Amino acid sequence: MRHYIARQLLQLLVVILGISILAFAILHVLGDPVLLLLPQNAGKDEFERYRHLLGLDRPLYVQYWKFLSGAVVGDFGKSWYADTPAFRLVVERMPPTIYLTFAGLFVALLISLPLGILAALKRHSWIDSLCTAVAVAGQAVPLFWLGIMLIIVFAVRLRLLPASGYDTWQNFLMPSFCLGAALAPITMRLVRSGVIEVMNMEFIKTARAKGVAEPTVVIKHAFRNACIPVITVLGLQFGQLLGGAIITETVFAWPGVATLTVESIRNQDFPVVQCAVILLALVIVAVNLVVDLTVAFIDPRIRTGA
Amino acid sequence: MTTVSAEGKVDLVALGEAAPAAPRERATLRRLGRLRWGLGATAVLLLIVGSAVFAPWIAPHDPLAVNIRHRLGPPAWMDGGVSSHLLGTDQVGRDLLSRMIFGGRVSLVVGVSAVLMSATIGVLLGLAAGYFGGSTDWSIMTLVNVMLTFPFVLLALAVIAVLGPNLVNMIIVLGVAGWPIYARVVRAEAMAIREREFVLAGRALGMSHLRIVFRQILPNLTSAIVVIATLQVAQVIILESFLSFLGLGIQPPTPAWGNMLGEGRLYMLNSWWIATFPGLAIFVTTLMINLMGNALRDWLDPHMKL
Repeated sequence: MRHYIARQLLQLLVVILGISILAFAILHVLGDPVLLLLPQNAGKDEFERYRHLLGLDRPLYVQYWKFLSGAVVGDFGKSWYADTPAFRLVVERMPPTIYLTFAGLFVALLISLPLGILAALKRHSWIDSLCTAVAVAGQAVPLFWLGIMLIIVFAVRLRLLPASGYDTWQNFLMPSFCLGAALAPITMRLVRSGVIEVMNMEFIKTARAKGVAEPTVVIKHAFRNACIPVITVLGLQFGQLLGGAIITETVFAWPGVATLTVESIRNQDFPVVQCAVILLALVIVAVNLVVDLTVAFIDPRIRTGA
Repeated sequence: MTTVSAEGKVDLVALGEAAPAAPRERATLRRLGRLRWGLGATAVLLLIVGSAVFAPWIAPHDPLAVNIRHRLGPPAWMDGGVSSHLLGTDQVGRDLLSRMIFGGRVSLVVGVSAVLMSATIGVLLGLAAGYFGGSTDWSIMTLVNVMLTFPFVLLALAVIAVLGPNLVNMIIVLGVAGWPIYARVVRAEAMAIREREFVLAGRALGMSHLRIVFRQILPNLTSAIVVIATLQVAQVIILESFLSFLGLGIQPPTPAWGNMLGEGRLYMLNSWWIATFPGLAIFVTTLMINLMGNALRDWLDPHMKL
């Protein structure tokens, strides 16, 4: 187990380094910050002075090292727009994004667990076909369009729910449904195939042969074992989930990191963009690690590599 | 002795008997059914592609022709709608149907070009990783992990913000960001095929690495690659429209489903149709592509797990 954790942590370090290089490269290799900062009619020596001031005339690896050593202690520089540290701006906006993500995950599970189990137990029945059809259609719905349609129906027409905002529990309903509905199809399919696979295993037959009641077989024996692939894939899907949260935030004007990032991109405020990208990636990496370790803990086959 | 009624309830008596032929026939029928769905979807898709290609001859109006007097006109079947504007008009009186027909061009061009690009990169890197193994494999797979951890949407947003929003940049960003999925599948398959007899025989005969990889391994992977690429076109179309929706993709007045949706969002209080129809176009197109991709997978290789 210790060897397994060490290997995971090493890989984690490499991935984080890679992400930091990517975030650095986006601004410093693809674009020129000075061109973005100064007005277009600025003189040539003005550019040179600014370049020197920001340390942009030094070699790339020196700049990267400065960026990285700052980033490690949470110093991503000041926002070019708001004159506050980028790190503080991003961290302040983190909670709404995290709440939305978990609310979306909850809705996704609320939809997909019962339907997935039902579809697996009534395999090839009309319920199963219906679930599959809804899942196939659900995967094709653009998240941001779904959000707008929800707003048109529930906020504009029926006036039941607020179209945007963050203050009351009603504000959570549409965004979390939107996000959950996007994740539900794939989760439902996974639950279904997981349960089907487990139901054909020997220990289920044994349990039945012993005369264990059918509901107990399904819940205690089958579902628990079907959870392992579901947890793993949900962990891997977390990046997708966060990506979905980003889209959802922009539709419902949710005051989270994603809205901040999109605003910062519009304002060309790159320290904030870099900081947001790196922190979000860190969250995803951390969640993946926790999922990996949890699954390895539950299932000894994984940590020994058998 | 009862026979097996549903697969969920296997009784022990039936286990010893010869398997009844019916389930297999039913499975074949189900596959045929799915193929029929796939064919239907392909037909609809051809219609969409055809209308995009022949847009100048099909569209009833010039998609850029402004007519302020007919602005925000509702669809023909509603009160105040006119038959010359079947789906109504937008905020400056442009014909919505014509703009949707032209808008398909952007989505399809971006979808197909970006997929060709990411398939090329992903297949080459996947082959290298799977065939050579060792440190080549390790570096490529680390890169894949970094890319998969990074929220794709965020990456695309940040890069577009630096490079500037236009058609070519969007294809490049979506193309470069999409390759890991191909690399992962191709690597796994290439690793398995590398150990097969015909490859060993080829190596014993003194074939070059290049020849083995491209003449012996790659042809075995075509169906997997074709299926992933088809399904990815749908993903890319959704992402492209999201970027355009945010105003970071195709710039107005050029019609694209995404930017039409983004503009329509501002008018959703009174004119729901402007945002609804372009989204419907995205939904139908991605649904048809997904159905076609699923049928293609069944047809090319029913055992493929993707």
